[in-house]
Amino acid sequence: MLHILTLAFRRLLTTIPALVIILIALFLLLQLAPGDTVDALLAQIGGAESSVIDEMRHHYELDQSTSSRLINYLWRLVHLDLGQSAIYNKPVSHMILERLPATLLLMGCAMLLAFTFGTILGILSAQKVNRWPDTLISILGLIFYSTPSFWLALMGIVVFSIYLNWLPPSGFGSIGESLTGMAAIVDIAWYLILPTTTLALVYLAIYLRIMRASLLEVSTLDFVKTAKAKGLSRRKILVNHILRNAMLPMITLIGLQAGTMLGGSVVIETIFAIPGLGRLAYDSVVQRDLNTLLGVVFVSAILVIIINFIVDMLYAKLDPRITGH
Amino acid sequence: MKLFNIKQTFIIGLFSILLPFYSMADEKTPQHGGTLVVHYSGEQRVLNPALRASTGVYEVSGKVVESLVDLDADSQVVPVLATSWTSSADGKTITFKLREGVKWHDGKPFTSQDVKYNALEFWKKRLNFSTALQLNLTSVDTPDDYTVVFNYSRPMPLDLLLRALVDLGYVVPKHLYEGTDVLNNPYNTAPVGTGPFKFIEYQRGQHIIVERNPDYWRKGYPYLDKIIWRIIDDNSSASAALESGQIDLSSYSKLSLADINRFKQNAKFEVLTKGSQANIFNNTLEFNFRNPIIANLNVRKAIVQSLDIPFFTDDFLYGFGKPATGIIPSSNAFYPKDSKIIYPFDREKAEQLLDEAGYQRKTDGIRFNLKLVHINNGEDVPLFATFIQQSLAEVGINVVIVNLDTAGALNAVYKAHDFDIATGWHQYRGDPAVSTTVWLRSGSPDGAPWTNQYGWKSETVDQLIDNAATEIDPVKRKALYVQLVDIVNRELPLWFATEREFISVVSTKVHNHHNTARWPSSSWFDVWIEH
Repeated sequence: MLHILTLAFRRLLTTIPALVIILIALFLLLQLAPGDTVDALLAQIGGAESSVIDEMRHHYELDQSTSSRLINYLWRLVHLDLGQSAIYNKPVSHMILERLPATLLLMGCAMLLAFTFGTILGILSAQKVNRWPDTLISILGLIFYSTPSFWLALMGIVVFSIYLNWLPPSGFGSIGESLTGMAAIVDIAWYLILPTTTLALVYLAIYLRIMRASLLEVSTLDFVKTAKAKGLSRRKILVNHILRNAMLPMITLIGLQAGTMLGGSVVIETIFAIPGLGRLAYDSVVQRDLNTLLGVVFVSAILVIIINFIVDMLYAKLDPRITGH
Repeated sequence: MKLFNIKQTFIIGLFSILLPFYSMADEKTPQHGGTLVVHYSGEQRVLNPALRASTGVYEVSGKVVESLVDLDADSQVVPVLATSWTSSADGKTITFKLREGVKWHDGKPFTSQDVKYNALEFWKKRLNFSTALQLNLTSVDTPDDYTVVFNYSRPMPLDLLLRALVDLGYVVPKHLYEGTDVLNNPYNTAPVGTGPFKFIEYQRGQHIIVERNPDYWRKGYPYLDKIIWRIIDDNSSASAALESGQIDLSSYSKLSLADINRFKQNAKFEVLTKGSQANIFNNTLEFNFRNPIIANLNVRKAIVQSLDIPFFTDDFLYGFGKPATGIIPSSNAFYPKDSKIIYPFDREKAEQLLDEAGYQRKTDGIRFNLKLVHINNGEDVPLFATFIQQSLAEVGINVVIVNLDTAGALNAVYKAHDFDIATGWHQYRGDPAVSTTVWLRSGSPDGAPWTNQYGWKSETVDQLIDNAATEIDPVKRKALYVQLVDIVNRELPLWFATEREFISVVSTKVHNHHNTARWPSSSWFDVWIEH
């Protein structure tokens, strides 16, 4: 246990400088973007007189120099204060805490779904390699992989919400019915079926391909031959010997995709009107809400670091040869 | 025993056929209760209409907070919180009588003190478009609780003030704002007003809810128990939400034109532009006079004459819109009668004008290059930019389109002045003096969007604009604007290509809708829904 903690601590120490560099770079990069948050606000309200504009710039502290704003920002960050959001008029930390559950739920469910079905289909495919089930699964996988997620999402809405009227087209729970406990969970789950499936389908194909390739590769290794020679059943060989080894690349993939899924859900969150981190980040880019955007990047980076840490732990669990040294 | 004879059966049958038709007619008795669910997109930083003037704010807070006046179906100004108004002979003193017995949602009485506070602290100091309007407001007197007197240093046309106050005359409670940091006041996102609905909650990225105000001053109103705005940013998803019955209404053209066109065929929905006539908007073409090529009138004429606007409105806008004949929309009281398009589509004439201006086609067929910046207020703006590019290519002008998001494009055009031509929307706000003449009046500082940043200046036009803004005789005022429209049409400092109305799509379950000239922004006190 102590070993894990020291590992975690060491990891954290190495990531802090990276995080600070990312935040400073992003801060400076955003200074290069034409227009500021007041321009975005003016676009929304259709213009204003220059005295009103000056007051707004002062309100958002845009009349200060870039360096002093950067120093202020970093100083606040040291105190774990992410600042005030320009669009939402609330502390950024509140905004992120409000949005985080939706994204985590969506991402977690989609990843679980993609991983589970990707593994199962990958195994099926590898078992029947080059026969019709393999071909069928591969073709389906390729179709889902090559279809843009927004199209899948919209088609899902057209079929299941409009024609069949089975599922709600968008949203994150029923509004104004103040559900509690189990009813609220079922309600949110109901709204999450379409977005989760859509998001999972795209990733499913990747897991499936990796699982298939990895299984086929491991099946040809010497220890599998030995196992066969020992007279073990096919099932035993698959579960105890092949799968465990074939899982390593899959776990690696989870770590890699955790980051992309956070970003990739902007499309799904927008189409299904889910109040998640992706949409928050997108809105804050469009509205030039620097504090919120930096806050989202900060939290996303931490999430990716945590997930990768867990992945490393799983590695060690699956393959005792890998340790934290 | 026979229950019915043939005749009776026939009559009952006839009734059962006709009854549904009868019930579809709008004279059906209104039902109390029910929830109206409305499409909303984007995030509002504030919901205080006395601080920020925009349709996005009015859509929600117009139900909670009320203005002194509103418009009726014929675009006439009608009383809301103000019951009557008079102007002194010199036009410098305008007196309003206020409605008695009106209460704020927190139970405190609404009085002339509230109006005075709003006029001085919000309308004159902070509200966009209003600070220019109220520039000459020197003081506000309150002889009693229900009388408020506005004193101006220069004459203020009563018709201009009234029309402007429809949008720029919202009143928020003095007792919740006085002595606070107004811009950071929490009531900016949780408005308190006198309106038919009380604000309940604003869940960012999800929904806004308001509930019936049982103590509303219009006795027996409102009909609805609740209004919910669902925030759906993707317009295809919003159309799906309408079709599946999740939402009942989407206004201010928030859906894609292709979807709106499709809803016309759906019997469960009405597609209307009626009820939004107070908010006419145009596709625009702005010229940068810092470029000597553009500063040549013949070149501007040639550009305008290269664009086949009826083709654009028919094929790109699904017929929602028509060619504009000037800076004032045809449905407005200031519209000059019998206005015509002076420079109609004529490609040969355009080529001839360009030749005369001395810009011959070179060996590659190109006369010169132009940089076009488009300010994306709507989905049709990038389309119009492409349409301009292709149309001008026909006459030998090579247009390079610069793609920026809205904040970036505003910065390029209105601060950096880094463009040759620009296109976007102009929104007409009922009177030319509110938000239209600023596009022409010189002297506006850099960085103020949608003002004259084009490097164009005309003493005559500046004079006309200033005179019209203080002319208290409505007939003379209109004559000045007729002159202005004519000069702009001839000189082309800028050009309005189309004239369009916002489109609403509404479920047939909803009644008493679109019955005023700015219905989506209005208070909806008489709206009811079948449930």
